[in-house]
Amino acid sequence: MAKLPVHVDKLIEDFGPHKAYAPQSGFHGSNEPDKLVKTHCCYCGLQCGIKLKVKDNKIAGFEPWEDFPYNEGRLCPKGVMRYMQNNHPDRILSPIKRVEGKGFVPTSWEEAMSKTVSEIKRIQDTYGKDSFAMLSGVSLTNEKSYMIGKFARVALKTANLDYNGRLCMVSAGGGNKKAFGLDRSSNSWADLKHAEVILIAGANVSETFPTLTHYIWQARDNGAKLIVVDPRMIPLARTADLHLPVRPGGDSALFGAILKIMVDNDWLDHDFINNHTTGFQETIEAVKDYDLDWAEEHTGIPKEQIYQAAQMWGKAKTSFLLHARGIEHHTKGVDNVISCINIVLASGRIGRPYCGYGTITGQGNGQGGREHGHKCDQLPGNRDITNPEHRKYISEVWGIDEKDMPGKGLSAYEQIEAIHRGEIKGMISICFNPLISLPNNNFVREALEKLEFYVCIDTFLSETARYSDIVLSGSLHEEEEGTVTTAEGRVVKINEAVTPPGKARRDGEIIMELADRLGEGDKFSFPTSEDIFNELRVASKGGTADYYGITYQKIVDNYGVFWPCKTLDHPGTPRLWEDMKFETPDGKAHFNPVKYRPASEMPNKDYPVVLTTGRVVSQYLSGSSTRRIGKLVDQYPEPLLEIHPKLAFQYGIENRDLIKVKTRRGEAEFPAQVVETIREDTVFIPYHWGGKFSANQLTIDNLDPVSKIPEFKVCACQLEKTGKKASQERRAEAYQSGL
Amino acid sequence: MPETNYDQEMAFFVDMQRCIGCHACEMACAECETNGQESMIHVNYVDRSKSTQTTVQVCMHCEDPTCANVCPADAIHQDEFGVVHSANTSRCIGCSNCVLACPFGVPKKMEEAELMMKCNMCYDRTSVGKKPMCATVCPSQALFFGTKEEIARMRPDSVPVNSFLFGKQEVNTKVNIMMPKGTDQLLIP
Repeated sequence: MAKLPVHVDKLIEDFGPHKAYAPQSGFHGSNEPDKLVKTHCCYCGLQCGIKLKVKDNKIAGFEPWEDFPYNEGRLCPKGVMRYMQNNHPDRILSPIKRVEGKGFVPTSWEEAMSKTVSEIKRIQDTYGKDSFAMLSGVSLTNEKSYMIGKFARVALKTANLDYNGRLCMVSAGGGNKKAFGLDRSSNSWADLKHAEVILIAGANVSETFPTLTHYIWQARDNGAKLIVVDPRMIPLARTADLHLPVRPGGDSALFGAILKIMVDNDWLDHDFINNHTTGFQETIEAVKDYDLDWAEEHTGIPKEQIYQAAQMWGKAKTSFLLHARGIEHHTKGVDNVISCINIVLASGRIGRPYCGYGTITGQGNGQGGREHGHKCDQLPGNRDITNPEHRKYISEVWGIDEKDMPGKGLSAYEQIEAIHRGEIKGMISICFNPLISLPNNNFVREALEKLEFYVCIDTFLSETARYSDIVLSGSLHEEEEGTVTTAEGRVVKINEAVTPPGKARRDGEIIMELADRLGEGDKFSFPTSEDIFNELRVASKGGTADYYGITYQKIVDNYGVFWPCKTLDHPGTPRLWEDMKFETPDGKAHFNPVKYRPASEMPNKDYPVVLTTGRVVSQYLSGSSTRRIGKLVDQYPEPLLEIHPKLAFQYGIENRDLIKVKTRRGEAEFPAQVVETIREDTVFIPYHWGGKFSANQLTIDNLDPVSKIPEFKVCACQLEKTGKKASQERRAEAYQSGL
Repeated sequence: MPETNYDQEMAFFVDMQRCIGCHACEMACAECETNGQESMIHVNYVDRSKSTQTTVQVCMHCEDPTCANVCPADAIHQDEFGVVHSANTSRCIGCSNCVLACPFGVPKKMEEAELMMKCNMCYDRTSVGKKPMCATVCPSQALFFGTKEEIARMRPDSVPVNSFLFGKQEVNTKVNIMMPKGTDQLLIP
């Protein structure tokens, strides 16, 4: 609410980020832990298995979990260091409340809870139920994701619930539902092993999904050819058989052109197309003019390479197509995804061994979290909040009247716009740091300043939480039991390694108490996480994401269970579509025509350079955790502006020059990193930092009309030399998100 | 002589082509209590301005270790499995002879402690039948610990090389570098 209570430097001094390092001889007990708790990483969607060392109820270190079949002990640097988020000096150990002129001071649970509830009631009584919004996130377990969906609709009674997956999986979800009627990777990673061609589009696997690299190399050892589509020469592309350096925004042109080449050469599976799909004719009609010259112009890729990719893809007997945010963070994100699915369907290579397709889900529970209902349009089991049958079923499960079930609400960025319009006055958030993660974040900050009341459930004072009135001290990943669903659709078990420290409480308990204080306690009475999971199983039953046949014991006994798993004796479904029965109303896979359209903001003479954003291997998302871990910060301390030498030469830019980057949304300064591993017309900035170091001060807030995902991957910028070299001080302090 | 389960069939293989420069190996190595939060494995860009290619350096555990040969305090011991251990802390005098002599640039002097430290093939793990930490965590398996048969079967297009010619000095190592088929020695003129 309003501006920050005190200067940001004071907040940083009190609450961090501060870099934590392990003591030189390791934490007490790391060589003789009391127990080794098997669990999974708290970061990306691959959900590597890992063991945490515990001594005296504190995390002392990690140990590889070599028996977990996905990663067999392999980890990326974030996974190795994740244990350092525990026992951290910045940890919020009790509820805290905003005090003008001082910052945040500790308060009691009673005061924090009763203030929160009285504000919710005041705001809703004054402005209506939907004036109090909720934002959630998908690093939360399935149990918490489910409970938050129920909480928002049953206790808070608002339609305006959305989640940070809005910035992540919604384009892929939208595209997959249109094509298959279901939103999950069609295959497990096991099907990579003997794929003849692996095509990876818009996924910097080497930095964002490092442990998946082993599977790709394994396939290459078996003869697979690797095609990587990325504007940058990422580590994965360095040794690829074919790197297509697509201009940001050119993806649907590329895949449309590839489809046309497949048609022209009859590299098509007619049996599959005729018997198991619809929409082929309209789809190939839409791309009939996408010849190689047109394609070269609209993709920025030499036409010989486009043809080569189409030939490799077209002629293969087995294949696997993977994509991620690089093609999905666009105003045509859904179209880009569909254009990829089109070339998979045209090949017929799906639903059988080594014939695979999938998006790579980004967040730890990005898969499960996008199924169990904390999205503005969704109910558990990946059901639709506007569908009368779905509403009826879930209302029964929840014990409410269907007419009391709210309708579809506003998505994340749309909520920010609604705050500006005066429609949303209060907010509660968990597992989301919008000030760093949303585009055009000056606009986001102004919105936060307008809220009458904002309460955050969090473990650290994130950049967004600095604007809150109350922070309810919640739990870290290792402090609460539950399940998550990995990027390949495998439901796995997260185990509680330590109890929440100080007066922090488990997130689930906080939500249940709030629900109780809002008068709905009888519907939120879950003694254990397993009780929540058992209700979730029922709620998901009959939906496309059917978890009914999954239990905690079954997960433990089988190292995870792939959904759908409809009955207790069903083993789970690693590979979808083996029976060729798709989840669309007509049971067929759908081709959908995609006509290329440009990005919403193309470069012009005023803003001549393309700006794209992305990630680095040592940081995770908005950095609330990883910017507090010393070694991860030291590996890549400040966001750099990657720029090709030819482009740098035009401006007279040298390495480490401090460059002002300006877009129509804002301006910020970054040190130049002059490298040949990027297109000559494009610059790149990683987004994990806040304050004046945030790349999202510059990005555009135009949304895909279907998925509402922002176009993080393309906008137009100007570059200007400041005349200064980037300083060591700046490099040393970037992780703190100062102003 | 304490019993160990060091598996003599297992060997260490480094394939820099697969390295993605993530530094997971460095982070994991430093976590071992005996390493004092310092990594004994080192990842470096060759030339970031041109490429993301990285090199990764572990101790090569040479058959005739130069470091041990030049140590005036006889602090570096090579055991019967061929593992060349890090400096014996009660003998090392911090003279840096080994730092200068190693053809691969492996041993480092820890100034605060005035001791040399280097990779010891994760002896606390390998001596009980586990894999070195770096090869366990490496997400791309650029670092691989397994048998020669396994690597030949899994990676038929490359060949492990453990013979180096530094000028006129031939150095044969326990650790293998994966190279294209047909390579039998690496020459560093």
